[in-house]
Amino acid sequence: RRLTKMAIVIQKWWRGYLRRKHFREIVETAYFIKKLNFYNQMAVRIQKTWRGYYARKHIHNFYALKKYLKSVSVNNELVRSELQEYAEMKENEDKMKDLEKKEKEKKYQARKMHYLLSTEQIPGIYNSPFRKSPDPMELLLRKSKPLTHRKQQVKSTFAYELYDWPTCKKPPAFITELPLLPTDRQKPQGPFRNPAEVLWQRYKPLEPTLRVAESSNSPPAKAREETRREEWRNRIHDTEFPPFSSYRKSDEKYEPLLCRSGKYGQEAYGTKHFREVYPQKWIADK
Amino acid sequence: NSGVVCLLRPLLLDVVPSIRQTAALALGRLADYDVDLAEAIVKAGILPQLICALPEENRYYKKTAAFVLRAIAKHSPQLAQAIVQCRALEMLVICLEDFDPGVKEGASWAFGYIARHNPELSQAVVDAGAVPLLVLCIQEPEIALKRIAASTLSDISKHSPELAQTVVDAGAIAHLAQMILNPDAKLKRQVLSALSQIAKHSLDLAELVVEAEIFPVVLTCLKDSDEYVKKNGATLIREIAKHTPELSQFIVNSGGVAAVIDCIGSCRGTVRLPGIMTLGYVAAHSENLSMAVIVSKGIPPLCVCLIEEHEDHIKAAAAWALGQIGRHTAEHARHVAVANVLPTLLDIYVDTRSSEDLKMKASIFKALKNILQKCTYLPALEPLLHEAPPNIMKHIIGQFSKVLPHDSKARRLFVTTGGLKKVQEIKAEPGSLLREYINTINNCYPEEIVR
Repeated sequence: RRLTKMAIVIQKWWRGYLRRKHFREIVETAYFIKKLNFYNQMAVRIQKTWRGYYARKHIHNFYALKKYLKSVSVNNELVRSELQEYAEMKENEDKMKDLEKKEKEKKYQARKMHYLLSTEQIPGIYNSPFRKSPDPMELLLRKSKPLTHRKQQVKSTFAYELYDWPTCKKPPAFITELPLLPTDRQKPQGPFRNPAEVLWQRYKPLEPTLRVAESSNSPPAKAREETRREEWRNRIHDTEFPPFSSYRKSDEKYEPLLCRSGKYGQEAYGTKHFREVYPQKWIADK
Repeated sequence: NSGVVCLLRPLLLDVVPSIRQTAALALGRLADYDVDLAEAIVKAGILPQLICALPEENRYYKKTAAFVLRAIAKHSPQLAQAIVQCRALEMLVICLEDFDPGVKEGASWAFGYIARHNPELSQAVVDAGAVPLLVLCIQEPEIALKRIAASTLSDISKHSPELAQTVVDAGAIAHLAQMILNPDAKLKRQVLSALSQIAKHSLDLAELVVEAEIFPVVLTCLKDSDEYVKKNGATLIREIAKHTPELSQFIVNSGGVAAVIDCIGSCRGTVRLPGIMTLGYVAAHSENLSMAVIVSKGIPPLCVCLIEEHEDHIKAAAAWALGQIGRHTAEHARHVAVANVLPTLLDIYVDTRSSEDLKMKASIFKALKNILQKCTYLPALEPLLHEAPPNIMKHIIGQFSKVLPHDSKARRLFVTTGGLKKVQEIKAEPGSLLREYINTINNCYPEEIVR
């Protein structure tokens, strides 16, 4: 019985020793885990602040976005004002064009109605004697030149052009310059002339002589044909235009006049001097 | 109709040139007037006779022959196909090489009408080698010729990316870009439409168009007095903006958004449509861009469009654009809501008088949904509670249930304005999303108030 008690005491001490060793290990590991957790938490805190900073600075920069939006609105204002100016400018241009057209029409009307101008005796429609000063239309009439009839003639020649001359017609509208040529068009290499010149030459209108302009089927031409045929029939001399009678006379040798020819050739009197000269008798030198 | 075509046919082979010309002119005018006459002309087999000796003829005949071909081709694709089959395209190309600008104009007009119908005919026109000649025509000084050539290029390039690439390879973009500065309104229309047809197909083509330095000149076109110039300019900007965020960013940076907004404000009717779609595309790419659109005061004109316009598709487009602007974040949705847009949208959606156009209803519904899902601005949501149909009510209540648990002032406001009472009146099946939302709201308040 004493043996078992001894065995129990030994085992008790041994178990206690083992457990105390074990306990120390457990405490150490627990402490270690606690430290790790703490470090992890701190690390997460640091990473959190870093990620926030980085995201705010680079990925989604609030202030940069605000600045950008402000700059966009500023740019928009600029663009809007410029476009407004452009629109106003165009409107002005249109108005000017309209005004000019009206002016031109007025002037044309004044030229057509030139006969309404007032004379010394009879006042015209626009210059009533009860007015203090003449009407603006009156002034316009005074300034304008009366229209000629030239415009109608121009129209008539065009009608025949279509069937008689199937060559070039109206020149293109730009004869003198080419403002609309694109700037990056390659200039052809070589000694080429200015294209404006070439096109002007190419489209120069035909200016026929009067004889060519008259068609050979018209009545005057037919009449002329009559006289020509008669002439041909009735011709006696084959040479129509013989030379003048003095034609042969110039072949004879030249004979100078007897009264002018002296012994030793021509005398100076008659050509070089005409009177005798006495310088002693001149008064001016004295 | 009374055998006129048969009578004219021998006149086309007459010895005297002016008779041939007048006969061709008569045929052209007949074909221009009526489809049946054009078909009769084609069936009578006159076309080969018309074009057989074309290269030797004088320019008046060439012009009238081109007029006849154009008059026939404009009616339908089959007639245009018939023209292509009798090998008229080579003759038209010969006409394009002529010196007289009137002949070139007639030939390019005929090409334009042929190419308009479908991609195969456009391909036939391109195969005949017309595109480089058309690009040369554009550089000519006569305005009418430039107009027609630009419209033909636009008709060719509108069908497919390959055709547009062919046009670009002939060097058309540089010349078209220069002509934007021309003061003639009709020419600008055609040039802008040509550029937009080229740019619409792919990102590379759009980048090529942008590289031709059209910005900021295009913005002056948006201020032009002619309506269609504005429309085509807005179309061009839309086609460029829709490809990538970078291009939209570029447009925003050059002030294009402001110009488009002004353009929408100043026009009426279908002319506004491309401008509205431009704003939608720009806002759809990213939230920064949609913020830029909001900052440029884009929302009020869109509201005005919604209210004023009678056409359904314009209203649908305006609603879509607003949806794109508001869908990104709460901030965007707040801006949209503050502009008092949501009641208008709801009115249009609920309106039984408007047509049953499903597309429009669907687009308005999607726009409303997108905005509401992000909207936390409660004062704007309150009026909607009273009138909304069930599918929209779901979203509104959802938003309330998100915001109310956190904001005490909002809770107080909600009760005082009678919102809580309204919520109780809504019948919802238990287990549905709506029921959950209502429960969340009810949980924010003490029991007495709920009853």
